Amino acid sequence: MGEALPVAQINLERQRAVVAALREFLSAEEVLWREEETRPYECDGLTAYRHLPMVVALPASEAQVQRILKTCHAMGVPVVPRGAGTGLSGGALPLGDGVLLSMAKFMRVVRIDPIARIAVVQPGVRNAAISDVAAQFGLYYAPDPSSQIACSIGGNVAENSGGVHCLKYGLTVHNVLAVRGYAADGEPVAFGSEALDSAGYDLLALVIGSEGLLTVVTEVTVKLLPKPQLARVIMASFDDVERAGNAVAAVIANGIVPAGLEMMDKPATRAVEEFVHAGYDLEAAAILLCESDGSPDEVEDEIARMTRVLESSGATRISVSKNESERLRFWSGRKAAFGAMGRISPDYYCMDGTIPRKRLGEVLNFIAQMEGKYGLRCPNVFHAGDGNLHPLILFDANDPGQLARTEQFAAEVLQKCVEVGGTITGEHGVGVEKIDQMCVQFGRDELEVFQAVKRVFDPKGLLNPGKAVPTLSRCAEFGRMHVRGGKLPHAELPRF
Amino acid sequence: MAAAAEEFAARIRDAAQNRRPLRVRGGGTKDFYGGASSGEILDTRGCAGIVAYEPSELVVTARGGTPLAELEAALGANGQMLAFEPPHFGAAATLGGCIAAGLSGPRRASAGAVRDFVLGTRIVDGQGRLLSFGGQVMKNVAGYDVSRLIAGSLGTLGVIVEASLKVLPKPAAECTLRLEMPEGRAIEAMNRWAGQPLPVSATAWQSGVLAVRLSGSASALREAAARLGGECSEGAAMQAFWEGIREHTDPFYCAADPLWRVSVPSLAAPLALPGAQTIEWNGGLRWLKTSAAAQQVREAAHKAGGHATIFRGSDRSAGVFSPLSPTLARLHRDLKAVFDPAGVLNPGRLYAEG
Repeated sequence: MGEALPVAQINLERQRAVVAALREFLSAEEVLWREEETRPYECDGLTAYRHLPMVVALPASEAQVQRILKTCHAMGVPVVPRGAGTGLSGGALPLGDGVLLSMAKFMRVVRIDPIARIAVVQPGVRNAAISDVAAQFGLYYAPDPSSQIACSIGGNVAENSGGVHCLKYGLTVHNVLAVRGYAADGEPVAFGSEALDSAGYDLLALVIGSEGLLTVVTEVTVKLLPKPQLARVIMASFDDVERAGNAVAAVIANGIVPAGLEMMDKPATRAVEEFVHAGYDLEAAAILLCESDGSPDEVEDEIARMTRVLESSGATRISVSKNESERLRFWSGRKAAFGAMGRISPDYYCMDGTIPRKRLGEVLNFIAQMEGKYGLRCPNVFHAGDGNLHPLILFDANDPGQLARTEQFAAEVLQKCVEVGGTITGEHGVGVEKIDQMCVQFGRDELEVFQAVKRVFDPKGLLNPGKAVPTLSRCAEFGRMHVRGGKLPHAELPRF
Repeated sequence: MAAAAEEFAARIRDAAQNRRPLRVRGGGTKDFYGGASSGEILDTRGCAGIVAYEPSELVVTARGGTPLAELEAALGANGQMLAFEPPHFGAAATLGGCIAAGLSGPRRASAGAVRDFVLGTRIVDGQGRLLSFGGQVMKNVAGYDVSRLIAGSLGTLGVIVEASLKVLPKPAAECTLRLEMPEGRAIEAMNRWAGQPLPVSATAWQSGVLAVRLSGSASALREAAARLGGECSEGAAMQAFWEGIREHTDPFYCAADPLWRVSVPSLAAPLALPGAQTIEWNGGLRWLKTSAAAQQVREAAHKAGGHATIFRGSDRSAGVFSPLSPTLARLHRDLKAVFDPAGVLNPGRLYAEG
């Protein structure tokens, strides 16, 4: 986490020149530069990082997007693309010398083909809106990040977003067929197609999850899936977190791939129960939510099998949703977990490491030790099926000591994730937030490859610079600090 | 692995220095696929073996030279599988070759392609650097997704030393329906069914008969078979049929005619081209035996929104793969140069200039 910058240092002369250049083809409402207009764009979902953009551009057409990119390219102005601004890693953090390119006006569902099972949408379309439109055909868009009512598909493509059903249905990369957009210099580009593969390298896979560093996306073609006839969820209690982890392994070892498989520890269930009244077992050390979907016979069959496995794995209480409203109630607590933390603590910081599931007990014990070490509470919610942990450190940003401790706490946990064979980010992206941890996860050669890949798409380095991939010199600096005491640098070092 | 990777690295560095191309090769079962590549053979089979496999993690990690059959047997012993059903095209096929070729089998339309299951790779690139991308976990968005880029790159970016793949449980039961219908109706039916919650795991249409494989619980199979009509048969004959589709041992593939792999949007109308076809992937993959000129096949594929590859036989002077747009061709060349600036890894296997 960086220090909030209350006043941006913006070169006013430069700002005037860029505004004038953009105003040649954009209206006054489409080019924002006064502080009161640009302030709402100072951060994304990671509010600990704030910076005023030099200029905000709000294009409404692809031709305008292309012209903005060409103009910025010619003037050497960096461009930060932004979707709905719900990202949790600061990927859309503006630059004081850059243009923030908001794709918010690209809200159109261009085309739905229910027989071919595809939707062609503009990048500002909300994730949940795609499923809403497809519902009339019995279809839906599978990836469902918890922010799905607000987050946009363009942002999902940038981050390769997941959700609570991705063990069975995959991530964004598994559910997008094609993207179209513009390179940093305004050149039109298209990756993928409505066919299942394309000639040559799989550039679509490379572009998805590239955090807005390789291309600006103006149209996305997604795969739609038939809605399962029925879904039911089991809620199981365990008196020990590690036992709950072992139960997850047992379910999968029995040949079952649940539609959703989530875990929450006791501090997390207590916090959300007060907030949403989902009916969680407050005495349990951990609860598991284990979902089955399919035809009624299939679901009945699978629920019975899962129940048997959970029982023999030591579940202390099991309830199965009897109808759709109960199923949604069971899920409501999990989906509202982040919001609930906001009620019990002035601030919270969400981590996103992924680990091999078998190391869960070890990592949770480590987190418990860190709670003691830093004097901060840390409830855990966990995409148990795919090993993606979301520990939530509770802190008070008004106490500068706590912010620094939170930062160190998080860094230690992410390094632990890498150490056990996992990753620093499962689905939220690197952004500005985890850029130093990239130096822990990757060696010099891999980082050099990433930098070189960036140059292939964006030789001048103008698209979302400073995010996702650290420079080697930054890592060298971080490495020295790291060796000195396992602590992250903060106040004395500029973060971006 | 370190020793084998170091050996590859030394060979590659030497080749790069002397601008001597290398032909990366595992079991050689896919020698026929892609552009002709010359050069000294770099045999990957010395770097073999399963490194880690824990069924409850749904992840397997193995070295590139591991025989695909050995890997699938280990998974099978635990009731699991590579869900993209890769074709082996011979007993000697290796995991590295499978990923490099990027070919997926009958289950692709319902389960996903090779690249969808690749979680991480370790490669030695054209500069002799041992690089590690992705990892052993399902969700990982740290850094660009280079692992998936390696899938289907035909060894032109690096030698695959090790890969981690997501695996899935085998279905409890499978059976196959055989329904008589003409091409156009079959394409529409496959697409309509794919939009309904049915346990269809593979489709194959040949000379007026559509085979539909159902996979799942016994109850789901019964329900679906009743809805789609026809008798759902199990057993060795059906397994052999799908094996023939997957491995191209089916009689359709045995003729000497040139074989094209035409990948199109699944709903694309029947291709107006002479010759015989086997259609898979709900209509998305059309295997075409034809003597039509390359230009004609490519134009038809392009018009339908897809691309066409010369798979076996035929005159290859027009290139094996559909040509790229100038922008994409530039990106390909520049990416190739990131990994292999001297151009020594499988030059010409994918595109003449890369």
